[in-house]
Amino acid sequence: MNDDALWNMKASALLELMAAGEVSSVEVVEAFLDRISEVEREVGAFLEVMQEEALAQARRIDKLRQSGEYPGLLGGIPVAVKDNICAAGAGCTCGSRMLADWTAPYDATVVRALKEQGAVIIGKTNMDEFAMGSSTENSALGVTRNPWDLRRVPGGSSGGSAAAVAAGEVPLALGSDTGGSVRQPAAFTGVTGLKPTYGRVSRYGLVAFASSLDQIGPLAADVKDLCLLMDVISGFDERDSTSEDRPVPSYSQALSRSTRGLKGGVPKECLTQGVSPGVRRCFERALEMLEELGIDIKEISLPMTRYALDCYYIIAPAEASSNLSRFDGVRYGVRAETESFEKMYMRTRRNFGPEVRRRIMLGTFALSAGYYDAYYLRAAKVRTLIRRDFKRAFEEFDIILSPTAPTSAFLLGERTQDPLSMYMADVLTVPANLAGLPALSVPCGFEEVPGSGGGGEGEMVRRLPVGLQITGRPFDEETVLCAGHAFYQAVAPGVEAELARMRKGLGRASQGSTRCCVQGSG
Amino acid sequence: MVVGLEVHAELLTKSKMFCRCSTRFGDPPNSNVCPVCLGLPGSLPVVNGEAVRLAVIAALTLNCQVNLRSRFARKNYFYPDLPKGYQISQYDEPLAVNGYVMIPGPPPKKIRIRRLHLEEDAGKSLHAGDDITRAAYSLLDFNRCGVPLIEIVSEPDISSPEEARQYLEELRRILEFTGVSDVKMEEGSMRVDSNISLRRAGQDQPGALVELKNLNSFRAVVRALAYERDRQSRILAAGGTVLRETRGWDESLEITVPLRAKETSEDYRYFPDPDLPPLVLSEEWLEKVRREVPPLPEEKREYYVNVLGIPAYDAGILTSSRKLAEFFDECMSEGADPKVASNWILSELLGYMNSCGLGPDAIPTSPEFLVKLVKLIEKGVISGRIAKDILVKMAETGRDPEEIVREEGLQQVTDEAFLQQVIDQVIAENPSAVEGIKKGRSKAIGFLVGQVMKKTGGRANPEIVNIIIKSKLEWIRDA
Repeated sequence: MNDDALWNMKASALLELMAAGEVSSVEVVEAFLDRISEVEREVGAFLEVMQEEALAQARRIDKLRQSGEYPGLLGGIPVAVKDNICAAGAGCTCGSRMLADWTAPYDATVVRALKEQGAVIIGKTNMDEFAMGSSTENSALGVTRNPWDLRRVPGGSSGGSAAAVAAGEVPLALGSDTGGSVRQPAAFTGVTGLKPTYGRVSRYGLVAFASSLDQIGPLAADVKDLCLLMDVISGFDERDSTSEDRPVPSYSQALSRSTRGLKGGVPKECLTQGVSPGVRRCFERALEMLEELGIDIKEISLPMTRYALDCYYIIAPAEASSNLSRFDGVRYGVRAETESFEKMYMRTRRNFGPEVRRRIMLGTFALSAGYYDAYYLRAAKVRTLIRRDFKRAFEEFDIILSPTAPTSAFLLGERTQDPLSMYMADVLTVPANLAGLPALSVPCGFEEVPGSGGGGEGEMVRRLPVGLQITGRPFDEETVLCAGHAFYQAVAPGVEAELARMRKGLGRASQGSTRCCVQGSG
Repeated sequence: MVVGLEVHAELLTKSKMFCRCSTRFGDPPNSNVCPVCLGLPGSLPVVNGEAVRLAVIAALTLNCQVNLRSRFARKNYFYPDLPKGYQISQYDEPLAVNGYVMIPGPPPKKIRIRRLHLEEDAGKSLHAGDDITRAAYSLLDFNRCGVPLIEIVSEPDISSPEEARQYLEELRRILEFTGVSDVKMEEGSMRVDSNISLRRAGQDQPGALVELKNLNSFRAVVRALAYERDRQSRILAAGGTVLRETRGWDESLEITVPLRAKETSEDYRYFPDPDLPPLVLSEEWLEKVRREVPPLPEEKREYYVNVLGIPAYDAGILTSSRKLAEFFDECMSEGADPKVASNWILSELLGYMNSCGLGPDAIPTSPEFLVKLVKLIEKGVISGRIAKDILVKMAETGRDPEEIVREEGLQQVTDEAFLQQVIDQVIAENPSAVEGIKKGRSKAIGFLVGQVMKKTGGRANPEIVNIIIKSKLEWIRDA
């Protein structure tokens, strides 16, 4: 293994190599498949790896290139897809026992776009069940570990996609973000992740959690790679009535814009929300760096965001309780055979895990006669006020800055017994969902936490990545990405050196056993 | 008796409410389905613009106020033929409100319409057993799932089974006439639920509300309401109380029976569907639709009577069905005389159709052919009597009347020399009739004409025959 390994490269670099004919897509895909089998035992990012289909697509792309045809914006690049986004012929479990056996018969609009632009779908990634969670621990189908510290969670709910990118198992991945599910795992695993504006990317084929908040978003090692995905998946879709019919710029080209003179606001509320000292230090340093980049930074107030988490935990479960009704064992869901059809419903619904059941109950309650006004309707009103806060702020500021999450990655099992502490992981990310705004998480440094200690290589401290969140005006992803790119370039040397070191450390434990497996399977 | 009716009508769109699947009735089970109407995970609804247009036409003709902004909401409940676990409907922001229809009475009465909204239909369940709780298994057909519906909710202005029937007849006529729905109760494209309660004389508040289901025909509605009225008044007369419940109409026993009692009152947990933005109509669009609304039966009836000079009764029949009125209108644009065309349609064509049990949507010939037939009579090519036979042939074979006349040699005979011969023969064969005429029994002339027609197979021109006979008999008299 060395730093020049194909799997250690970014998508933009791989595209150049393939275009120059120095490597083939098959070689690239094989390199990532090898990397997956090398580290997957430790990381557990994937629920399904589509080796055959991926290699077949890679061969098709190579043939296109050889015959001089343009293979598309992502020609030959492996992409991982969160397991709540439909890809025809692949499983789409949503991390749930309920859909453990379901194969999607159609492509989500984003998956179709990826295929049309030559991307190679390499596998489906693990997630919290139906995207409900902030650690991927709510998956019923496997554990995903944070590649920076295997004792820790990768964040969630798109923890599989984030961990896969961080570990070098895939250069690009898709996640979905309802309350922070792309940005928070991106922050926890030291990669970049974007929640686009609500309506920028089609939701057709994304299994709905909370329809008015859900948005598919890209994850990648850096902003440049992120833009490659955004250029492919953005745009109006006549199959999604909530997608917006407005022109899509080239995000890749927008990165060359100057950030000088941009106005950045820092909500004073954001540092009161249980933010750890390490995260605070990283964030403050990030603000200094942004100022050095010519961004004018001031404190602002978004008073209503104080209620964002409460508001979110009414609206999201309410919508979820309805969206998940279809998993009743009649057409979807593993049917429990019983003597009566009512019992069948009840027994079937036990295939949901505890967090999903909790949210269905919460949401059902919030929508019930007599409670609707006090809960759902009031939350909808608060949501309007939160939107108004942002609207006012964006009259003066171009971007709003905060940490992505109050802490760095926590330990596996640390918060599973206390749902409220788990919910707190989203406190800084949910406002953007409620207001429908684009928000980016970009690595901004490291927090030091106690290491594994002890003998051997046991270290005394472990460095865990921290994310900076940049929120922008509706449909102004360009400014957000541009600022994120400028910032990332400033921190990249340090961040990427750590990343390379982390990646090197992966796979050692499994090398021996991999050999055993190969022998065993003949 | 206080009655309110909820009518569901399927809209005559080619595709479903939220996807592009066909709405065709009678196709093999589960052949018109896609990810959207099957509620596949990840699928999303997109509103069918034609369904909105038809619903707006219905709303306008029912004198409703159309809301420029309405909203789709989810009605949540579990049932196997509802694959999403919720029905997309409209709740607190319906498409239209505050309409009415006039029923003829006597006396004529205004039945107010509370609201009209758009929704999607559910699939069809077929239980191997009495109902789903006792079935060994159930079969599901999702072809109907997602078919666009309008629900029309009346105010409780109906006070007798007969008024209910008139209201439904009126609704059916209007919806059929405007092309909004084909309103066939037997195919389920029109469905009726009823709420009924009795109010004690002298009291303002009606009693407990009973909901009636399984009303599969207008007759069932009338019978069920009458039965329920009698049942409830018996209970009240005996000092009892009517239970608030849902009852079903048993067609074979002609009684209402309590449906399975609900343990809890249903809570559908309506909330705005986050997958669909509010339905916003522009004033301009609404005006455009308003101009496109086809004239209603009564407007047409007035036009037929006042402008075309058709008797009111006949105009009423012509406008009793949209297909019939359209047929008549096309005859007019083919250039037929209104009264002549109307007579042919009402007496001959409808007579034939009734004898074969054909409904107005199965008219067995075309307006073009009917007008050709009428013109053949006007031009003297065929006699009216022959024309009636030709019409039957046209109806049976769908052929062109000119072709039938040509091929079967049915042209009228106007050749005087030939007719002279036939008439001489008839006079010779019927001396007693001739005697009668001589004695002044003018009726006998008709007899002789009839004999000539008989000999010519109905092809002789009766007017010419008449003239020749009269002139011959005059000659005899003079002799």
